[in-house]
Amino acid sequence: MLAAAFLLVLPAIGAWGDDAGRGKTLFGQCKRCHQVGSGAEHRIGPHLNDVFGRAAGALADFRYSQPMREAGAGGLVWNEETLDAFLTEPPALVPRSRMSFEGMEGADDRAELLAWLRGFSGAHTDSSPAEPTATPEEYGLDPQILTIQGDPEYGAYLAGECTTCHQVDGAAEGIPSITGWPLDDFVIALQAYRHGKRVHPVMQMVAGRLSDEEIAALAAHFHKAEDDP
Amino acid sequence: MSEPNGKSGLNRRHFLASAAAATTAVSALSAPAVLAQGRPRVVVVGGGAGGATAARYIAKDSEGAIDVTLVEPSRAYYTCFFSNLYIGGFREYASIGHSYGDLAANHGVNVVHDWAVSVDRDARSVGLAGGGSLAYDRLILSPGIDFRDGSVPGWDLSQQNRMPHAYKAGSQTQLLKAQIEAMPEGGTYCMVAPSNPFRCPPGPYERISMVAHVLKQSNPTAKIIIVDPKEKFSKQGLFQEGWQRHYPGMIERIGPDFGGDKVEVRPDSMEVVVDGEAMKVDVCNVIPGQQAGRIAAIAGITNEAGWAPIVPHTMQSRSDENIHVLGDASQQGDMPKSGFSANSQAKSCAMAVRGALTGSSTFPPRYSNTCWSLIGTDDGVKVGASYEATDEKIAKVDGFISQTGESAELRKATYEESIGWYAAITGDMFS
Repeated sequence: MLAAAFLLVLPAIGAWGDDAGRGKTLFGQCKRCHQVGSGAEHRIGPHLNDVFGRAAGALADFRYSQPMREAGAGGLVWNEETLDAFLTEPPALVPRSRMSFEGMEGADDRAELLAWLRGFSGAHTDSSPAEPTATPEEYGLDPQILTIQGDPEYGAYLAGECTTCHQVDGAAEGIPSITGWPLDDFVIALQAYRHGKRVHPVMQMVAGRLSDEEIAALAAHFHKAEDDP
Repeated sequence: MSEPNGKSGLNRRHFLASAAAATTAVSALSAPAVLAQGRPRVVVVGGGAGGATAARYIAKDSEGAIDVTLVEPSRAYYTCFFSNLYIGGFREYASIGHSYGDLAANHGVNVVHDWAVSVDRDARSVGLAGGGSLAYDRLILSPGIDFRDGSVPGWDLSQQNRMPHAYKAGSQTQLLKAQIEAMPEGGTYCMVAPSNPFRCPPGPYERISMVAHVLKQSNPTAKIIIVDPKEKFSKQGLFQEGWQRHYPGMIERIGPDFGGDKVEVRPDSMEVVVDGEAMKVDVCNVIPGQQAGRIAAIAGITNEAGWAPIVPHTMQSRSDENIHVLGDASQQGDMPKSGFSANSQAKSCAMAVRGALTGSSTFPPRYSNTCWSLIGTDDGVKVGASYEATDEKIAKVDGFISQTGESAELRKATYEESIGWYAAITGDMFS
């Protein structure tokens, strides 16, 4: 009997306890948009400190999609169960939100990610500093590209090439939302496509013929673009 | 989608009545346009991917400085793109229908539901089937395609209920779907594919995929025959790989080497004659040869092939600088005739028109296109390119195409992209 119980526990240790870094590693899929930890800020997505127990769409200083705000107003509160459902297939829980993520299939993966994320909510918060969503260095880009001031009027014209595929109301449905992004994240993403460091044939083609100034202009435009009604 | 007959969408009678209330506008309707009197006027003919986008961008970006009238006979517009997905059962019919109410309500576009039947280029006015006329400073023609008489012997428009084309979306698409669903067990669906150039180069072959998808479930012994005058077709390797995988043994293509270019149809007996040999079919989907929508020829701006040559930088007609031509109807160079292309061209055109009429800034045009096609459930592929304006034509700069042997995951992501694209482009046209 004892032996049987021991055997039952063993795989659980392998899947959960032993590998303390796995949740953090899995967060690698989230960190392009989200920050968590000491000093975390809103980026493409809201920061995830104290997300457990918070109502969906509740932070006043982040521009959520209307469906996300409505979900929160309708009673959606983030906890192990709701976050697990959202991570499994985001649009199945909140359709037409800004969350551009294909979903995390493995239940164990989701559990480990959430267990790690749980450490940044509540009284005994993990004090690790938040990691940046994107840096020029990770794509081998010159940091000077972030100092270029974009012309939003020119960006508004150039944006016509983007809005054939990216919805202006910010909904992510198979194609990411690009409205309301921090300037740096936007510039780094497009520059990474332009230089073949991020892979997508359409985006590499579109970004491939944009200049540094044009990318800055687009970043300025989409940063301040108001959602269409 | 908003209600089909948007409350604020002006109908022609309203438009004429309100115009008559202002004396300057009365003369505008009957006399040649006079610039510098009142707001400049843009008339857009055709409310598809080219026309609706152009009307929306000119009205939106000029913030009322330009009077924009859109002439479109349909109150509910059904997009050709994604109509194959409706045939395949992947979309509801209502989901590909759109109204013009938001263009009127959000941007002040005058939407006139009527047919444009004449263009007086000297007087700069467009005649409407309902009897009125509209004066313009700039005219934008985006009439899509019409079919070339005699391109498929035995077929003319009067046969479209027996042998539907379903290449202008709407009731024709519904009819074709109903015919496919009513096929006898083990029956034959035949497509007569068009010769180049034609609207949506992958369209006929995506349709074949969708028909096969439906028949595989409901009528698995049915046969699909494509009679094709072309040696090659768009995304050929991708489609053939997909047909082999999803629908083995179901689809047969008769190319020109086996007489696919010598075809005649007999609607009365439901026969297709290929190189002298008649075969009986149950559904015959004739996609005839094409040319620019009729109003372009009426305006006198088409060439011998039936398309309207344009200036690549502004989409202005080569024969009349006050007329711009968008989308399928234009002969512009390397861009395929697609909704995406028309939408892309419309934005460059809108910028050029605003620049000419209000002096707003203009920038070099940027053209691009991507065409997604669905081969089977979660099996999407795409092809696309970027283009630039040269003096001679709109020229391809760079491009990409999906590869054979891609993972199921990538194909699913590609299909899901197309769903997001559909939502975005229809918002870009109609919201």
